[in-house]
Amino acid sequence: MTFEEIKNKAKAEWEALQKGSYIVVGTATCGRAAGALDVIDAFNKELTRQGLKVPIIQVGCLELCYADPLVTISKPDSLRVVYHNVTPEIVPRLVEGYVASDDPCLELALGTLEGEGGETVYIPELPRFEHELRLILGRCGYIDPENISHYVANGGYSGLDKALKMSPEKIIGELKKSGLRGRGGAGFPTYQKWELCRKAKNTPKYVICNADEGDPGAFMDRVVLESDPHQVIEGMIIAGYAIGAEQGYVYIRAEYPLAIERVQIALKQAEELGFLGDNILGSDLEFHIEIAAGAGAFISGEETALIAAVEGRMSTPRPRPPYPPELGLWNKPTLLNNVKTFAYVPLIIGRGGDWFASIGTEGSKGTAVFTLAGKVADSGLAEVPMGTTLRELIYDIGGGITKDKEFKAVQIGGPSGGCLPENLLDIPIDYDSLREAGSMMGSGGMIVMDEDNCMVDAARFFLDFSTKESCGKCTMCRLGTLQMLHMLEDITAGRGKISDIDLLLALAEDVKIGSLCGLGKTAPNPVLTTLRYFRDEYEAHVLEKYCPARVCPELTVYYILPDKCDRACEHCILTCPTEAIKGEKGEVKIIDQEKCSKCGTCLEVCPPEYNAVVKLSPVSLLTSASLSGKRAGK
Amino acid sequence: MITEEQTSQVIAEILSHYRKEGKNLIPLLQEVQTRLGYLPKEALQEIADFLEMSAVEVWGVATFYNQFRFVPLGKYHTVVCMGTACHLAGGRLILEALERELDIKVGETAEDGNFSLERVACIGCCMLAPVIVIKDRIHPKMTPFKVEEALIPYREEGQKESKVKGKKSK
Repeated sequence: MTFEEIKNKAKAEWEALQKGSYIVVGTATCGRAAGALDVIDAFNKELTRQGLKVPIIQVGCLELCYADPLVTISKPDSLRVVYHNVTPEIVPRLVEGYVASDDPCLELALGTLEGEGGETVYIPELPRFEHELRLILGRCGYIDPENISHYVANGGYSGLDKALKMSPEKIIGELKKSGLRGRGGAGFPTYQKWELCRKAKNTPKYVICNADEGDPGAFMDRVVLESDPHQVIEGMIIAGYAIGAEQGYVYIRAEYPLAIERVQIALKQAEELGFLGDNILGSDLEFHIEIAAGAGAFISGEETALIAAVEGRMSTPRPRPPYPPELGLWNKPTLLNNVKTFAYVPLIIGRGGDWFASIGTEGSKGTAVFTLAGKVADSGLAEVPMGTTLRELIYDIGGGITKDKEFKAVQIGGPSGGCLPENLLDIPIDYDSLREAGSMMGSGGMIVMDEDNCMVDAARFFLDFSTKESCGKCTMCRLGTLQMLHMLEDITAGRGKISDIDLLLALAEDVKIGSLCGLGKTAPNPVLTTLRYFRDEYEAHVLEKYCPARVCPELTVYYILPDKCDRACEHCILTCPTEAIKGEKGEVKIIDQEKCSKCGTCLEVCPPEYNAVVKLSPVSLLTSASLSGKRAGK
Repeated sequence: MITEEQTSQVIAEILSHYRKEGKNLIPLLQEVQTRLGYLPKEALQEIADFLEMSAVEVWGVATFYNQFRFVPLGKYHTVVCMGTACHLAGGRLILEALERELDIKVGETAEDGNFSLERVACIGCCMLAPVIVIKDRIHPKMTPFKVEEALIPYREEGQKESKVKGKKSK
């Protein structure tokens, strides 16, 4: 089949779907975790019970993860209504109301996908979409990732069709014009990598897609692969053509089984339609893609370590240069790009490099995809033009901080990134501004922290991660980070000395210099930025044995306020896992600090009308007479 | 329990699908683990022989990656996410609660073979933090208190099954 024929067939299938009613359920990992599969079961049961035949389509992620599971009911000539936080219990109501008859059940809806000017929320007009520009997330949550026709009917593979009519040089020229920089975090100009690979003499050449999204708190690549995998495959095929490679690999981390499954299905379908294989779309271009499943090593995200992993070896990095475009997989020229980088390629080819370059800032073009998580109200994904400020992202798109708490910091770039404070929220998001502030773009994970998060503990957490994930090759990374971790553990446990702070700073520099790859070079960043912006918290831990956020267990105690305890209520006694709470019925409950494991269950279960359990720091407050001190907080 | 003989049958069957290429080492280890639940020593040796590598090379790779384990997992393998979002939302407390409830430490399998416990860096469900995964099912927004509740159905199922087994052996 020619591309025209494939496209027409896909369009016909898509249009036929729109002519009837159908139900769309988001079943990416996030939707599943929130219970989307149970919701589908409930729909199937209810539809059967009512004798209705309505297709249920499983899509990826709509990026409004806070509202998962999301269900859209689409009917011809009616509004498409999106329902949020759907549970199996409300499914019969939705089927009865909007599938079987014409009550859109708007009280259960997040909004509609068509504007009607009424009171109903029109989703594209939610405040977040004023800032968002969805290029690679555009189809996510709307198309079935396991049905290639949906992708083709919505513009898919037209970039490849166009690319095949261009010369490889022209393709790389468009990339150069676009100003696209690698989305894996380092921001290396993409066209340069492609050009180096194109010019490399050695053959065969390889294309590798890096989907080893290891940063804790980042899941953009997972969402892209689970929701719209074909755009990545299309980008890889174009790359194969541009550099002259016939074999590609997608390296996906083991923790993403659904992404692996959906990419597998996508590859098979692309092969069946002739987008992959020996004669792509009837041309003499040959390109094959295989999946290499990771086995759980953060270091595999580093390009030379990733290559070692694909080769079946221990995933340790090697010195660069030579870079992979020269000496890569099996010592052959290899093009390695991130999932999102490849996803932008079909768009850039389709709409031109100039179009892409018109979005974003001087040095950083296009859009950036971020995951917003932590203490932010509307967590999920966002795609914004480069140059959007952190404040816009957190407050306008993310809906601000949960429970009206005070913002403290935003952590960008995972274990390699940094924690930025309130006064830096107005810096624009681009590679260079973030680096200047001591953080980095990273792969795009953004975790918001509030007053209840301890910055020393956060630094300790990231360092703990880096020490565990260090491959052990470089001494400074293997042992230097461990020493830093020990110091941070001492500080959070109240055993720290004030001289530790300077020692941490000195050691951080040594670890940076003494490490071969990005993991070690950036591992000290969380410590350096928290020290730069939140030094007072370190000092409070060391000098006053005081954890301002009341997080560090050794510096915190739980206490039941006698005048607030109901006495008759026994919630805390019955639920305390270590039986640390004493007090007969009618008596004030008291925590035995020796037995207390500081799990916080008592605080969780104490009825809000009493609110009798508080956390105190420093521990010495417990014995001080004035318990009404200002440091007693919830 | 799978017998030694069955184990080597499974391994032989898996090996028959693969070519003798170094790049197949990790996929082989993964498939053996998927089928057997862990990597028995004899599997490592057989894979080494098949790929014409030294056993120590295979051991090196198998121990390098976090995914591989060398003791059988529990029937209800429990994973605690220790990613950033989960940590900030109290992931450590959830881990401690699970260790307490199951009476095993991270990396261990309970004696009755029902539960095993592991921590992972991030499963990418940050908006539902803190999360745990029991037998591939994600349990969102955990608290130390909810941990006990989440375990109940698996405990009951485990007990039922061991009773059935007990009857059979009588």
